[in-house]
Amino acid sequence: MLEIILRRLWQSIIVLLAVSLLVFVMVYVSGDPVELLAPPDATEVEVAQLRKALGLDKPLHVQYLQFLKHALHGNLGYSYVNNAPAVELIFERMPATFELAMMATIIAVIFGIPFGIIAAVNPKKIYSKAIMIGSLFGISFPTFWVGVMLILIFAVTLGWLPSSGRGETVKVFGIPWSFLTWDGIKHLILPSVTLAGYHLALIVRLVRAGMMEVLLQDYIKFAKIKGVSKKKIIFVHALKNIMIPVITIIGLNFGGILAFAVVTETIFAWPGMGKLVIDSIHLLDRPVVVAYLMIVAVIFVIINLLVDIAYTFLDPRIRLK
Amino acid sequence: MTAILEVKNLKTYFFTKKGIVKAVDDVSFEVYEKEILGIVGESGAGKSITGFSILKAIDPPGKIVDGHIYFHGDDLIPKSEEEMRKIRGNKISMVFQDPLTSLNPVFTIGYQIEEAIKVHNPHMSRDEIRERSIKLLKSVGIPSPEKRLKDYPHQFSGGMRQRVVIAIALANNPDLVIADEPTTALDVTIQAQVLNLMKRLSQEKGSSIILITHDMGVVAQMADRIAVMYAGKMVEIGPTEEIIFNPKHPYTIGLIRSIPKLSGRTDKRLYQIPGIMPSLLNLPPGCAFAPRCFCKTDICEKEMPEFEKVGENHYVRCFNFRRIADDRQSCKS
Amino acid sequence: MKGIFKNETVQEFFESKEAVFGLVLIVVLTLAAIFANFIAPQNPYDLKELNLQNAYKPPGYVADGIRFLLGTDDQGRGVFSTILYGMRISLFVGLVSTVFSAIIGTILGLIAGYFGGKVDMLIMRLADIQLSFPALLIALMIMAIWGQGLDKIIIAITVVGWVYYARTVRGSTLAEREKEYVDSARVVGVGHLGIMFKHILPNVLAPVIVIGTVRIANAIILEATLSFLGLGVPVTKPSLGSMIASGYQVLFSGYWWVSVFPGVALMLIVMGINLVGDRLRDILNPKLKR
Repeated sequence: MLEIILRRLWQSIIVLLAVSLLVFVMVYVSGDPVELLAPPDATEVEVAQLRKALGLDKPLHVQYLQFLKHALHGNLGYSYVNNAPAVELIFERMPATFELAMMATIIAVIFGIPFGIIAAVNPKKIYSKAIMIGSLFGISFPTFWVGVMLILIFAVTLGWLPSSGRGETVKVFGIPWSFLTWDGIKHLILPSVTLAGYHLALIVRLVRAGMMEVLLQDYIKFAKIKGVSKKKIIFVHALKNIMIPVITIIGLNFGGILAFAVVTETIFAWPGMGKLVIDSIHLLDRPVVVAYLMIVAVIFVIINLLVDIAYTFLDPRIRLK
Repeated sequence: MTAILEVKNLKTYFFTKKGIVKAVDDVSFEVYEKEILGIVGESGAGKSITGFSILKAIDPPGKIVDGHIYFHGDDLIPKSEEEMRKIRGNKISMVFQDPLTSLNPVFTIGYQIEEAIKVHNPHMSRDEIRERSIKLLKSVGIPSPEKRLKDYPHQFSGGMRQRVVIAIALANNPDLVIADEPTTALDVTIQAQVLNLMKRLSQEKGSSIILITHDMGVVAQMADRIAVMYAGKMVEIGPTEEIIFNPKHPYTIGLIRSIPKLSGRTDKRLYQIPGIMPSLLNLPPGCAFAPRCFCKTDICEKEMPEFEKVGENHYVRCFNFRRIADDRQSCKS
Repeated sequence: MKGIFKNETVQEFFESKEAVFGLVLIVVLTLAAIFANFIAPQNPYDLKELNLQNAYKPPGYVADGIRFLLGTDDQGRGVFSTILYGMRISLFVGLVSTVFSAIIGTILGLIAGYFGGKVDMLIMRLADIQLSFPALLIALMIMAIWGQGLDKIIIAITVVGWVYYARTVRGSTLAEREKEYVDSARVVGVGHLGIMFKHILPNVLAPVIVIGTVRIANAIILEATLSFLGLGVPVTKPSLGSMIASGYQVLFSGYWWVSVFPGVALMLIVMGINLVGDRLRDILNPKLKR
C-alpha cells in the first residue's frame, strides 16, 4: 500500500519536471519577451540591460535551472501588466475557481449518480429514456453555448438570476466566498450549472453502463437469493462495485472542470484564475500564463495522486496485493 | 414421507426478440423431507431455470407463465416480492455453479455471511450474528474462521469460496437448498469434498437438497431420487437405483451409458448420444428427443407422450419404453 | 478490417433508428456546408455584399432583395449564410485535425506496441502525462504561446488528439504481435515496416475508426470553444464558435438570434456524430459482442 503511494509520488514528480521543461521550452521558443517589454524607443544598451536583468542572456539550460529554482521557491515571475508576483495573482483568484468547480462537481454527482442508477434499473421506462436523451444533449452541447443560453433564458428573458460576477461575498479566514450569502448563491447558480452540464451527462452514462453490467453479475443474483431487498442490492451491493470507476472519473473530471472553468468564468465574468489566464493570454502577460500552467499542473498531479489512493482504498483486490 | 415442495405444471417462458423460449415446460415433481433430489440433463435443458423458478427469481424477459409451487402446502406463485424475499435465503436457499462469481468482490466474507443472517433475523444482536457466522464457517471446514471473516473473496481458493457460499446458503437452516451445479467449476479432487460436505450438513440440519447437475455420476452417488430433464420437459423421474439400473427413457439410457467407468474394458469407446439438443425456440411437435432417439416411431414426431407409471415412484414420458425394455433389437426396425 | 465494411455490419448499423438519424444529420449538414456558396443567399466573406445598415435585423427580415431567414449580425451578415460558411470551418478543422492525429497516433501506437522496450515506455509515458491534463488546457497552452490562426488551431487539436489512438493501437498491436500470422510473415522475410503496416495495421483499424468518429465531435467542440474565447480563427471568417461569441456580447441588447442559431447548428453536428459514434462502438467493439 505504502509502496504504491510512494511509487505514485515519484511518478508525480517526474510528471511535474516534464511539464516544467515543456512549458519552459515552449515559452522560450515562442519569441523574445524583451522586445515586448522594452519601450519602443529603447537603445540597444538599454535592451541589453533589460535582458541581463531578466536573466535572458544566459544559456538555455542555465535559464531552465534558474526557472526551476525560482519555481521551487514559489517564484514564477512578475506579471508585466499588474506588476505583482504572478503566483500571488493566481492564488488570489484560486478560491473563486475552486468554489465554482466544487459546486459544479457537487451538482454533477448528486444528480448524475441517481439518474444513472434510475436509467440502469428500469431501462425500458419512459423516464429512463428521457434521462438518456438528456445525457446525449448534455455531451453534445458545447459548455460555452449552454452558458450563453442560460444567460439568455434566466438573466435576459426572465431576469431571475444574475449573469456576471460573484455577488456578495463573506470572508472566512481572509478568503471571500460566495456560497455563504443569498446573493452569492444566486450568482453561483448559472455558472456552476453550466460547468456541471457536460460532466453530469458523463456521470449518468458511466453509472448507467457500469450499473447495467454489475446487475447481470452472479453475485447480484446470489444476494437476491439470500433474501436481500432490491433497494439494498442496488444501493449497497451494486453501487459499491461501480463506485470504484465512478470515483476515478469524478476525480479526474474535477481537473476537467477546473480547465473548463476558463470558459465558464469568461462567460460569467467570474473573477477566478481561468478568467485571469484568458485575460493574460490576450494581454501577452506571459509570466501569469506560465505560472497558471505550472500551478494547474501541480493541482492536477495532486488530484491524480488522490484518485489513485482512493482507488486503492476502495478496491480490496488492489489494496491487499 | 411428506413432501415439503410440490411443483405442479410449472411453465417458465422467455419472451425474446426471436420468439418464445419454453425453458421450463409443464414440469411437475415433489421434494420430500430430508431427501436429495437430483435433476439431470444437458445444459440448456431447463434445470437451472427450474431452480430459479422455485424462488421466483426469474429476470425479464423470462416469466413464470403457469403452474403452482407449493412449499409446505402453501403456493408461492401468488406471493408478493416481499413475501418471497422473506423465504429466499431463509426457508429456501441456493448455491450457484461458480464460486468465483457468486461472492461480491468488494465486501468481506464476514459481511456477506452476516448479511444473510441479518436480513432474516433483524433483531439478532451483532455479537450473536458474528458468533453464528464463525460457527457456520467452522462447520463448512474453513480454518481459523474468526480471522477469515475480515478477508475478501479473492483471498480464498475456489474450493474455499464454494464452502463460504454453502455456509451462506445454510445460514438460516433452510428446509430446502437448491444446488445448481455446485461443483462443476471446481477441481475434481475438491468436488468430492464439497459434495460430501453438503450431504453431511443437510443430514445434520434436516434440509432437503435439489441437486442440479449435468453429471450423472454425481447424482448417482448423492441423490435419493433422480429427475431427468430434456428440452424444458421432465422425461423420467424415480428412485436413484431404479433410474441407474432400470432406466426407461431412451435419453436416460443414453446418459447412463455415457458415464465413464473405471473398471471394465477400457478399449470400448465411450457412448455418445447422437445429435444435439434442439433449440428451445423452434421445438418440433411431439417428443423433443425423437430426432436423436434410437427407438423413434411415427407417433413420436406428432404427439407428446404423457407420464406413465413404470414402478414404485418411477414415471417415464415415452411411447416406446415397453419396446425398449422388452427387446432393444425391435427398435432397430 | 475484414469485418468493418461487411454487409452485416452495415445492416446492424441501420437497425438503430438513432444512428440513422445521426447519419442523416451529418450527411445533410455536411452537404449544406460543402455547397454553402450555392445554398447561402449571401457570401458573408465578401465585404461588397455586406451592408452595415442591415446589422442586427431579426429573423425573417428582408433587405437588398435577400430574405434573412435567421436574422443578421453586427456586420449585416445573414446568420443563416454565415452558419453555412462557418460549418465549413468547423467540419474542416474537425476532419483534418482528426485525420492528422489519427495518423500520428496510429503510427506511434504501432511503433510502441511492435518494438516495445524503451521506445514504448517513452511514447506511453508522454501519453500518460498528456492524458493527465484536460484537452482544453493543452490546446489553450499551445494557442497562448503560438498565437491564433486556422493552422495553429489544427496543430493544437492534432496534438491533443494523438494520445487516444496511440494507446488503443498499442494495446491491439501488443495482442496482434503474438499471433501466428505475424510469426509466419517474419519467417518468410517480411521486414518490420511490412509487418507493421501490411499485417498488423489492418487488424487494429476498427478501434481507430470508432475513436476517430467520436474525436471529430470533440475536435469540433474544441475549435468552437477556442474561437469563442477569441483564440481561434480570425473574426473576418467567423466559425460557429466566434459567431456565438459575438452574439453573446449583444445578448442583453436582445439580439438573441446571433448566438442561438449557430449554437443549434453546432449541437446538431456534434449530436449526429455522437449518435453514429455510439453505434459504431457498439457494433465494432468485440468486447460487447460476446
